Amino acid sequence: MNPRTTLAVAGRVLTQVRRDHRTLVMLLVVPCALISLLWWMFEDVPGGMFDRFGPGLLAMFPFIVMFLVTSVTTLRERSSGTLERLLTMPMGKLDLLLGYALAFGLLAAVQSALAVAVSVGLLGLDVEGPVWLLGLVAVVDAVLGTALGLLVSAFAATEFQAVQFMPLLVLPQVLLCGLFVPRAALPGVLETVSDALPLSYAVDAMQHLVASSDTAAVGRDVAVVLAFAVGALALGAGTLRRRTA
Amino acid sequence: MMKNVVEVRDLRVVRGEHEVLPGISLDIEAGVTGLLGPSGCGKSTLLRTLVGAQRVRAGTVTVLGEPAGSPGLRDRVGYVTQAASVYGDLTVAENLGFFARVLGVAPGAVDDAIDAVALGDHRDRVVARLSGGQRNRVSLAVALLGTPDLLVLDEPTVGLDPVLRRDLWGLFHRLAAAGSAVLVSSHVMDEAERCDRLLLMREGRIIADGTPYDIRDRTGAADVEEAFLRLVEVAA
Repeated sequence: MNPRTTLAVAGRVLTQVRRDHRTLVMLLVVPCALISLLWWMFEDVPGGMFDRFGPGLLAMFPFIVMFLVTSVTTLRERSSGTLERLLTMPMGKLDLLLGYALAFGLLAAVQSALAVAVSVGLLGLDVEGPVWLLGLVAVVDAVLGTALGLLVSAFAATEFQAVQFMPLLVLPQVLLCGLFVPRAALPGVLETVSDALPLSYAVDAMQHLVASSDTAAVGRDVAVVLAFAVGALALGAGTLRRRTA
Repeated sequence: MMKNVVEVRDLRVVRGEHEVLPGISLDIEAGVTGLLGPSGCGKSTLLRTLVGAQRVRAGTVTVLGEPAGSPGLRDRVGYVTQAASVYGDLTVAENLGFFARVLGVAPGAVDDAIDAVALGDHRDRVVARLSGGQRNRVSLAVALLGTPDLLVLDEPTVGLDPVLRRDLWGLFHRLAAAGSAVLVSSHVMDEAERCDRLLLMREGRIIADGTPYDIRDRTGAADVEEAFLRLVEVAA
């Protein structure tokens, strides 16, 4: 572990994103626009539907966006030869991955702060728990997305393939996370599958925060999501090889 | 007497079904060594083994007294791949600054490296907007950071205009005079005369090894290209 190289990677990734204005705007504005769209959809529907679906969406944005951005960015690093070059230098594999996780975690923090501010401040999302904790959960979700994105980039040969991993790995989690059908109401097998997927815990954490001020359950959920992220990062480090055929 | 900078013994590399290096041995000393041979003869694979990026089937590769790819070598060996391995969306100075932080060298080294490849006028330009030759020079500048003891350069002069090519060979000799060993690969035989020492390579084997003068003398050829042809004919 070397903070110098970790920070160098994080700084470089952030500079690259800053250079790419269109990506930056999409990262920050699109979640706010989508959450506003959700609020508008339910405007004429009674029964607090926005309060039911809003938290899930807040958990999903950072996860999905960071998954996509990271898998494509890392794949680019592999195919451009910069990864091979970095691995011939004094660069730890974990330092490289942590640098990515740090940069995208920071971006996610800004993204989530905006989305939470719009949801709570403008659209009147009722949050019983502390609002700052919503932001923290979102950052952990983003780190999870980053970690999974890093991992799948090892199994994709092109950016096109990397994007295909989204329907494969992300959509099932979205369907089973409890947003459409409460997890307890799922058929037994699917409930077990749902219990094994990290996004379920991310959405649970958000829903707990919105519904109650008891934060103990949130802590447990966040710990589970973090454990998944750390596991994916470790597996991702395992896929980085200094020597290749 | 100074030890060999690189010692390769019975190196075998197999990629897929294809045996790229069938068991070769060679030494590289200080100075500028040219690794010359046609495209696909195994030059890049050999260079990749020296920096520890290539999986090896058998044999030993020793660099600066340590097994190639050892952690202790990672800031002592500079490596330039054939394609420019730099970030297209960063400026020249940002690229160099990043790699300087990774290597832990002083920020002042960035300007020295940019000046060495004559890109001072372009330091704040985004790399993707530079020409192919300029991008390759950015990649070369990264390898110069921290004045490595061994520079491994895979076809660094491809596509450069003759003036720049001459300047870069001048740079390689200055670096060698300052104590670095420089290994340059090329498929252009007319670059042979610019090297202190040559390794001629064909189909994964070293077919000649010596100074350009030695090789011409031994084969009775007027230039290295002709010497190469004669060596191939003798072997056939």
